[in-house]
Amino acid sequence: MSELVIKNLQVNVADTEILKGVDLTIRKGEIHAIMGPNGTGKSTLAYALMGHPNYEVAGGEVIYKGENILELEPDERSHLGLYLAFQYPVAVPGVTVANFLRTAINAHRKAADQEDKGIPIPEFRKMLKERMDLLKMDHSFAGRYLNEGFSGGEKKRAEILQMATLSPEIAILDETDSGLDIDALRIVSEGVNALRGSDFGALVITHYQRILNYIHPDFVHVMLDGRVVESGGPELALKLEEQGYDWLREKYGQVVA
Amino acid sequence: MSTKRVITRAKRTRRPKFKGFNFTREMVTASDGSGALADYRAKAWETFERIPYPTLKDEPWRRTDIRGLKDDFELPNPGAFEDLPAIPERLLKPLVSDQHGGQIVLLPGGMQKDLNPEIAENGVIFTDLEIAAQHHPAELSKALGQVVKPDEGKFAALVSALSRNGVFVYVPKGVQVEQPLHSVMWAPGDGLAHFSHLLIWLEEGASLTYVHEAASPKNAGGQILHGGVVEIHVGEGANLRFVELQSLGDNVWNFTHERARVERDGEIDWIFGAIGTRLTKNFSDLDLAGQGANGRMSGFYFSDGSQHLDHDTQQNHLAPHTTSDLLFKGALKGDSRSVWQGMIYVAPGAQRTDGYQANRNLVLSDRARADSIPGLEIMADDVRCTHGATVGKIDPDLVFYLRSRGIPAEQAERLVVDGFFDPIMQRIPFDGVRERFHQAIQEKMGAR
Repeated sequence: MSELVIKNLQVNVADTEILKGVDLTIRKGEIHAIMGPNGTGKSTLAYALMGHPNYEVAGGEVIYKGENILELEPDERSHLGLYLAFQYPVAVPGVTVANFLRTAINAHRKAADQEDKGIPIPEFRKMLKERMDLLKMDHSFAGRYLNEGFSGGEKKRAEILQMATLSPEIAILDETDSGLDIDALRIVSEGVNALRGSDFGALVITHYQRILNYIHPDFVHVMLDGRVVESGGPELALKLEEQGYDWLREKYGQVVA
Repeated sequence: MSTKRVITRAKRTRRPKFKGFNFTREMVTASDGSGALADYRAKAWETFERIPYPTLKDEPWRRTDIRGLKDDFELPNPGAFEDLPAIPERLLKPLVSDQHGGQIVLLPGGMQKDLNPEIAENGVIFTDLEIAAQHHPAELSKALGQVVKPDEGKFAALVSALSRNGVFVYVPKGVQVEQPLHSVMWAPGDGLAHFSHLLIWLEEGASLTYVHEAASPKNAGGQILHGGVVEIHVGEGANLRFVELQSLGDNVWNFTHERARVERDGEIDWIFGAIGTRLTKNFSDLDLAGQGANGRMSGFYFSDGSQHLDHDTQQNHLAPHTTSDLLFKGALKGDSRSVWQGMIYVAPGAQRTDGYQANRNLVLSDRARADSIPGLEIMADDVRCTHGATVGKIDPDLVFYLRSRGIPAEQAERLVVDGFFDPIMQRIPFDGVRERFHQAIQEKMGAR
């Protein structure tokens, strides 16, 4: 039974309490959306799950495949099947998309089997081309330095390309939709949908309902002030789209901003 | 109750200034009796005696302290190499093609030489300086001391006077040397002084690829001194690709003066790689002397431990329509220190010149330090000159990004360093040289 269980997760950033006890369970095959206004801790949740060193865990646990992953290094979490599509992907100067992906794939293979000699080059090339076609990317993309001089849309597509090549079991998409035009949004969403299946679960973090027209979530959660305050089905996203967050702020006693 | 505090003034320990080497005039020799080489060396010795040792007060030496240098180095006796560690086979392998057109191995007290006879038939001279003085006095006296003058510095004068290891390369007008020429200086032996003098002369329209490496055993004991002079002349419309590798042991103190003068429409592609020595002070100048001359300099360095590498570059635009493009990239580990000081000079009247210089440093340890000092001195008004200098560390967000993809910390760091050097690799048209640089990165990254 592989599910990601977040229990009472509390996280501080630079001694400020950001997550105040988040509870959430993601089973394989499920798509969860997390919505909420800016500054409520959505991205903090994403970074903390992946193990960014600036995000200090103050309490709680995250159980995946029988381990508390909060005790693992980011690369070990990746080997377990976790993936984070960054809101702001980092430029990797001098390292091409192809070189980067091959290094990452080989790191995964080596983690699974110390004796592994790495993916054969022809197999890698074929796979990379297939995945790039899926995301309607020009093959010349493989020879560019990762994220260096990429447009916003190219960066997001590169994040999904990496996800498609590393085949994670649980993916966290941190505002992958922000800054995308409608065509790019459709392509990125199709890329995510292509991975959908009983072996793939996702946590889609977003401000807007828009992306959920393409990636249909099974569950929708709302975060306010470092907590998940409301959970429901897809209809919750539609309600937020129509009514905004004020009704939730009133319900949970927050001052209306 | 207060305790009495005694404050003693921190006393700056004054290290005495470097007193000077024990070398004597009697050590100045030459194979040609009273010929051009003998005359040149005798005059260089006089220059050496005349000018003072550099100190921290001299601008180019402000960041490089030679006071730890020994004074009692000895010159190797003839045949000394026979009792010293032999040159490793790997240093004799071709780096830029399948085979050498010729190879000279400079050893303490000796040398070995091979030259493809076909190349010699075209009038190409590739030989030891002493042999050149006896067999090619006309060509040698035309070239010797024309590009680097002994009075440019204490070490330039010393090397010019005492060099026992020298190479003379002469490519006549219009001759294209297809196979690369290769020289290696092997400098073992605690307490020895190795002085090498390279003289590369391309006549009008000539073309050559030349590789030179200076190396010595790793993890050796006491100090070794190496002094080098490299003189390069690229004639009108001539073309030189010059690869220079320095992998001396970390007990070597290394002082070099190098200059390439490029005549009208000539071209040089100059590649440096420096990974060794305890201390290096290098002067590398590019003189674009004729209209339309073009030079590219690409530098790779990586220091660790307590190494100190100081590279001083000059791009001198002395004629109109000249272009220069310099990129030096270095990484630092441990307690090491690097200095790069670069200058683009544009002479009065050298209009329509295009000069570029950039130095990038990646500091991998909190204790390492890189100084990067670019400079422009422009005396003409219609020019384009740009420069950039950076000293940076590995971005922790970048490492997190890589690790989030499953790449372990050590490998992530390695990938960042490889990526950092990639722009230099892209400028090197020789697989074998790139491979050597990759190996150097691997070794440096592995040594912790």
